[in-house]
Amino acid sequence: MSAPAATETLVRLTGVTKVYRMGDVEVQALRGVSLAIAQGGLTAIMGASGSGKSTLMNIVGCLDRPSAGRYELAGRDISGLSRAALAELRNRTLGFVFQSFNLLARTSAIENVELPLLYAGVPGRERRRRAVAALGRVGLADRLRHHPAQLSGGQQQRVALARALVMEPRLILADEPTGNLDSTTSAEVMALLQQLGDGGITVVLVTHESDIAAYAERVIVMRDGCVQSDHAQQPLRAPEPAAAAPAMLAPTTAVERPALAAPTGAAR
Amino acid sequence: MSLFQVFRVALRALVRNKLRSFLTTLGIIIGVGAVIAMVAIGEGAKARVQEAFASVGSNMLIVLPGATTQGGAMGGFGSLPTVTWEDLEAIQSELPSVRWAAPSLRSAGQLQSDEQNWSTQINGTTPEYFELRGWKIARGSGLSSSDVEAGTKVVVLGQTVVEKLYGNNADPLGQLVRIKSMLFQVIGVLEKKGQSPVGQDFDDAVFIPVSTYRSKIQGGLGNYIAGVVFVGAASAADVTRAQSEVTALLRERHRIQPGADDDFSIRNLTEMAGAMQQGTNTLTALLASIAAVSLLVGGIGIMNIMLVSVTERTREIGVRMAVGARPGHILAQFLVEALTLALLGGLIGVGLGLLTAARLASAFGWPMLVRPEIIALAVGFSALVGVGFGLYPAHKASRLDPITALRYE
Repeated sequence: MSAPAATETLVRLTGVTKVYRMGDVEVQALRGVSLAIAQGGLTAIMGASGSGKSTLMNIVGCLDRPSAGRYELAGRDISGLSRAALAELRNRTLGFVFQSFNLLARTSAIENVELPLLYAGVPGRERRRRAVAALGRVGLADRLRHHPAQLSGGQQQRVALARALVMEPRLILADEPTGNLDSTTSAEVMALLQQLGDGGITVVLVTHESDIAAYAERVIVMRDGCVQSDHAQQPLRAPEPAAAAPAMLAPTTAVERPALAAPTGAAR
Repeated sequence: MSLFQVFRVALRALVRNKLRSFLTTLGIIIGVGAVIAMVAIGEGAKARVQEAFASVGSNMLIVLPGATTQGGAMGGFGSLPTVTWEDLEAIQSELPSVRWAAPSLRSAGQLQSDEQNWSTQINGTTPEYFELRGWKIARGSGLSSSDVEAGTKVVVLGQTVVEKLYGNNADPLGQLVRIKSMLFQVIGVLEKKGQSPVGQDFDDAVFIPVSTYRSKIQGGLGNYIAGVVFVGAASAADVTRAQSEVTALLRERHRIQPGADDDFSIRNLTEMAGAMQQGTNTLTALLASIAAVSLLVGGIGIMNIMLVSVTERTREIGVRMAVGARPGHILAQFLVEALTLALLGGLIGVGLGLLTAARLASAFGWPMLVRPEIIALAVGFSALVGVGFGLYPAHKASRLDPITALRYE
């Protein structure tokens, strides 16, 4: 999976609006958002609460459909798709990372990671193999049988990341992924996300913390349902975490990938 | 996602809340158990009735002299003897559907052995009587035609009489007993027959040749039979035909005008057995339907707990949807969960029901009868209950909005 040409557009929104009805009141969550996100790299969506950033992310994540406007994911218009078709799209093309991890409680790390494979109909042995590989990529090869309650916050978020990765998606959506983590583990998770972006997966990060947005190479700021600003920046490089060997993040298919990450890898 | 996987996920969710799952299935367990036990009781009672009627005699009619309706006052059957010995002869010889016909004349009387005395029922009859009733001789010999022709003073004893006169396991063959101060020789002992459907002890009786009975015990009616006539049809299928043939024959012989009442009456034991069986069938159906109501209540319990479970696991549903579970997956998961609960309850219920049925059977002393189709029906019905009552919660879960579900606290 070599990085596709940076010019290829993965996400394209054209005049997307979203209106919620809350009783008699109509809430305009999005008021005509148009933007395009290319394949690969880390993009941050920022904004205060109520700015529409979460709604935008829900639409981009195919969890919700726009009220008006057009959303194309990988060249495919999704506005008319059924719930089942959206579910399949989420399964095969998207990965989610949430602020509260959203792992299934009392379910081991590997089973959490196997979940998307289960719904994709991947047979048992293959499922196991891929889940182990994904957990290996986030440095949790030795925590397969641990339940979320037995893992630290950072480890839980890495399990969630493995779950998002396991289907080899083209787009990973991270909603405040560091919101429940301390700064050290935050940096670790950001390093992982950055490396995924470098590896050709589009990572869209929703955050209200500017020091987290600093890791992104593009920052979109939302305000009152509109894009207030959209600019590229020199991303802050996350320090290499000692615990998780970064080379593990290399996609399993590309063993000799050029060292975008520091070549400390192959340690294990 | 294979069915096996769906099942595994459902099972894990149930195991996670063991006590709750068990309490939920309790309704189904009790329901299915009750259905099985109740039906077994009904079947046992039915078998008991059948057995009782079989002991009276199968394919049997009883011809009673006397009119069923004759103005206001009637002395009851037998008070007006209308059936003659020639009638009996004709029934025996002329009707193809009749295999045996035997008179039964009886009265109460006292028997005396050397040591003891016992009041019992004295029957005068012919050898056909025992064939007809399927009543075998346990020891010695039965009445023979030559006994009947010669009017010998011989007697065949029922088991109860033997016990009362001679004690248990005594061998009274060859002994002399006194009936109305006449000496009779015991030539045989009958097999134990048990009780009639109304609780009369069949074994508390003795049998002597009908000719002897007429000449020594109770004579005086000349041509008329001072008792009843037992008629045995050639086969079970012939019973109804025998009844109409006997009726037609007797009406003709008694010269009864068309439209006039019979001066005799015929009891069809097969019909009575049928009516009785219908009664027990109704009882069984009643018991089973009451039990089925508790199954329904069990189903509501499942629905209730599934609704709680869906609410509780809203976030889990959201996560599953986010990673690609289609509405159908969620529906299947909760449906299979409800189904598993119901089926598990059904299976435990079957075990419990069988146990109860066995206990009851041994307590009442009747055979334990559990038809496999009843088990299949009970389990099938509980599965249906599971699917039926699981459908709404499962549908509710599958229609959840993933965003709302993910944000649910």
